[in-house]
Amino acid sequence: MKSPRLALLTAAAMALVLTSTSAWAAKEDKKKESPAVKAARDFNKDPYPSTYKPYPGRVTVITGATVFDGTGKRIEKGVVMVKDGKVAAVAGSLADLDIPADAVRIDGTGKYVTPGIIDAHSHLGNYPSPGVEAHSDGNELTDPTTPNVWAEHSVWPQDPGFSRAMANGGITALMVLPGSGNLMGGRGVVLKNVPDRTVQGMKFPAAPYSLKMACGENPKRVYGSKGRTPSTRMGNFAVNRETWIKAKEYRAKRDAGKLESRDLAMETLVGVLDGEVLIQNHCYRADEMALVLDMAKEFGYKVATFHHAVESYKIGDLLKEADTCSAIWADWWGFKMESYDGIPENAGLLYKAGACVVIHSDDANGIQRLPQEAAKAQGDARRIGIDVPDAEVIRWLTLNPAKAIGVDKLTGSLEPGKAADLVLWNGNPLSVYSRPEKVWIDGALLFDSNDRKRRAVSDFELGQPGEGDVK
Amino acid sequence: MSARTITLALAALLASAAAPAFAQTVAITGGKVVIGDGSDPIEGGTVLVQDGKVVAAGKGIAVPAGVKTIDASGKWVTPGLVVAVTDLGLFDVDAVDDSNDGDASNSPFSAALDLSAAINPDGQHVKVSRAGGVTRAAVAPLGTGSIFGGQGAVIDLGADPQAVTTPRAFQYVDLGEAGARRAGGSRVASYVMLHNALGEAKELAAAPAGARRDDVLLTRRDAQALGAVVTGKQPLYVRVERAADIRMVLGLRAEYPALRLVIVGASEGWMVAGELARAGVPVLATPLNDLPDTFEQLGSTQSNVGRMKAAGVKVSLGAFFDQPRYAPQYAGNLVALTRVPGASGLSWGQAFAAISSGPAEAIGMGDKFGSLRAGRAGDLVIWDGDPLEVTSGVVKVYIDGVEQPLDNHQTRLRDRYNTPNQGSLPKAYDW
Repeated sequence: MKSPRLALLTAAAMALVLTSTSAWAAKEDKKKESPAVKAARDFNKDPYPSTYKPYPGRVTVITGATVFDGTGKRIEKGVVMVKDGKVAAVAGSLADLDIPADAVRIDGTGKYVTPGIIDAHSHLGNYPSPGVEAHSDGNELTDPTTPNVWAEHSVWPQDPGFSRAMANGGITALMVLPGSGNLMGGRGVVLKNVPDRTVQGMKFPAAPYSLKMACGENPKRVYGSKGRTPSTRMGNFAVNRETWIKAKEYRAKRDAGKLESRDLAMETLVGVLDGEVLIQNHCYRADEMALVLDMAKEFGYKVATFHHAVESYKIGDLLKEADTCSAIWADWWGFKMESYDGIPENAGLLYKAGACVVIHSDDANGIQRLPQEAAKAQGDARRIGIDVPDAEVIRWLTLNPAKAIGVDKLTGSLEPGKAADLVLWNGNPLSVYSRPEKVWIDGALLFDSNDRKRRAVSDFELGQPGEGDVK
Repeated sequence: MSARTITLALAALLASAAAPAFAQTVAITGGKVVIGDGSDPIEGGTVLVQDGKVVAAGKGIAVPAGVKTIDASGKWVTPGLVVAVTDLGLFDVDAVDDSNDGDASNSPFSAALDLSAAINPDGQHVKVSRAGGVTRAAVAPLGTGSIFGGQGAVIDLGADPQAVTTPRAFQYVDLGEAGARRAGGSRVASYVMLHNALGEAKELAAAPAGARRDDVLLTRRDAQALGAVVTGKQPLYVRVERAADIRMVLGLRAEYPALRLVIVGASEGWMVAGELARAGVPVLATPLNDLPDTFEQLGSTQSNVGRMKAAGVKVSLGAFFDQPRYAPQYAGNLVALTRVPGASGLSWGQAFAAISSGPAEAIGMGDKFGSLRAGRAGDLVIWDGDPLEVTSGVVKVYIDGVEQPLDNHQTRLRDRYNTPNQGSLPKAYDW
């Protein structure tokens, strides 16, 4: 069963990314344009296109499992059918479905099904294992604003961390971001967690780009120590605002047909102002997040997500109003000054305030245990009287991160027509005792704990101790 | 008041502070009792603590008349968690250098450095860890200019001034990649540095008051400190990850038979599990490391601990450089592995022991704390559910039989922001 609505949405998303001509262009008198003006405007916005094609999958029906659909619904003894790489149906009983004779049937009794887990903040690939200096490719620390760099140009597809994230964490999609040493760190990229020789083979088709920004200690420390601006939080804002002013001027020139050369940095920033590139903003403190929200208003863009956001609980109302997600750890705190007010009830208090909660990792180990992190936050919320049902907690790891990184129309929930990115768990994923049993991406079975060959082993691991081992 | 009376008064004060202050006699009844020695939990058990020590724990324990009783029905009662090799208590904020005593690399000393001087029982990380059920910790190492990380301290996390249970409980040495960098850039240099240091320590121990050779490298203090290691008075904790490095360390005892080794890290321990078991050397393993984070950890797998345990290695969890309160989550994950085809994990009882009696025994204090066997310190935690389950939380903590406060900076923030801003006065007045 295909959803025409989803097909349309997908086509629209593709169009947004792939076409380069804005509405204004049609009105221009093209005969007067110089080739330089045309080149600066009609550039290819997708020069490193995704080459990912879903791997073959079979029609699969899982019966008898508890299903968390990612939107906050829980179905006991549910039936999930996957067909043609898409979620075909989620139902309460087999009788409601028309199942092909050759379908693979999986008895999920006592097990759980969730959408694939999505990490909105990862450095797999750009800070890969082994974490040697030669692999340190996440922070272009040569200028406080580098919107011209793209994380995808740093991603090493052979990072063994991708396979651990799938086998232990059920991760099916992730955003790889530049680091936080710069105010504007560069573009982040959304990947399907599918092993490939090239990063293009991992890129999530039709996913929007994001721009990583960072508040607070890191940029001012990095550049202050080099004797450069910014060396203070006010310096951070000044450099950001000056850069946004330039971006607005660049956009005005473009709109007036007066751009005569391309500028990679400005193209990213104008992408943000045009609403095509999402803002992923590393920011810990509540007071700084409130200032950033005003800066976004000042220049006419939206912050999709605050990352780390250990003090979001202080401003749940502001975040709800701004429709900005908080991508957070369950309980990290105290490792740097701006993390000193982190509390384990952050997620619970945000949930109570009606704001968007995303549990993220920023860590090659944490990405293997995101459901456990969410469950810790759930327990801590419960102890202060905030009851978050399991199905809502699963949303923190699926549909909410999908929204935070701009792929919620494509994945993140088990709704008919969406990508068949899903996990069969051997118990409630919110329990420490549960692990993925099977993981599908676009309907293709890419991890099976019962089949030792259905497990990705990166080039780096071949011939090394532990090749193909359980990890 | 004469000088003598002042001295006497001071001595009395110190003595009273050194004994478990306000040690309690308490019985905790009706809970699911975990002894912490690897055995299965006991439904409806009783734990009796008298004068700060466990008298009995299990089924059918008679509670003497007049003893204060706490009803733990529906809850779990366990020994306090023991976290061995952690930087707990060395900093307020890790990245704020002024608050961080964990790095002494500009000091002329190394092995002599005594971590007990830095322990602050009022620090927030101690309070937060206590609220997470951690009651004892072995704190080490320091960053130094040498392979030696200083003399570690065993502490309790009680809300009293006497945090340090045993100062200079062990010496720490890094013989892996990180140590090699500090030794001059090579493992080869690490071993010469180690042999030289132990040699100088022996010489000094043989003639403590005598003149030293004029070509010694160690300061007198450092050589003195290592005298305790070379004679076996003080255990030597060795940080190594690679299988080949573990073999090298086990070989040290041929030359220094008195060495009391404890291996820390051991990411590739499963590859030399038989040798570790035969050597009887305790291992404090990094719990869930499964990435080739360095070239000395290529063989990392979460099954490491389970495989070592199955081979008879005295293995427990250690090397906690994130948050000590994660210990139960890590242990729970090792139980999860028992349900993963091809993986090796721990039974529930073994997993809990790996964060209680196991590390206590590894640090040579299994007879003092780490389990609810009779005679151990009255370190107890009451949990609102299975302590290894991530949704569970701590209800009460006792150390030496004394009920502990569980509030801290985090709980105060939580309470302030759990109610919406009323608007009549700023939040700053809500405390």
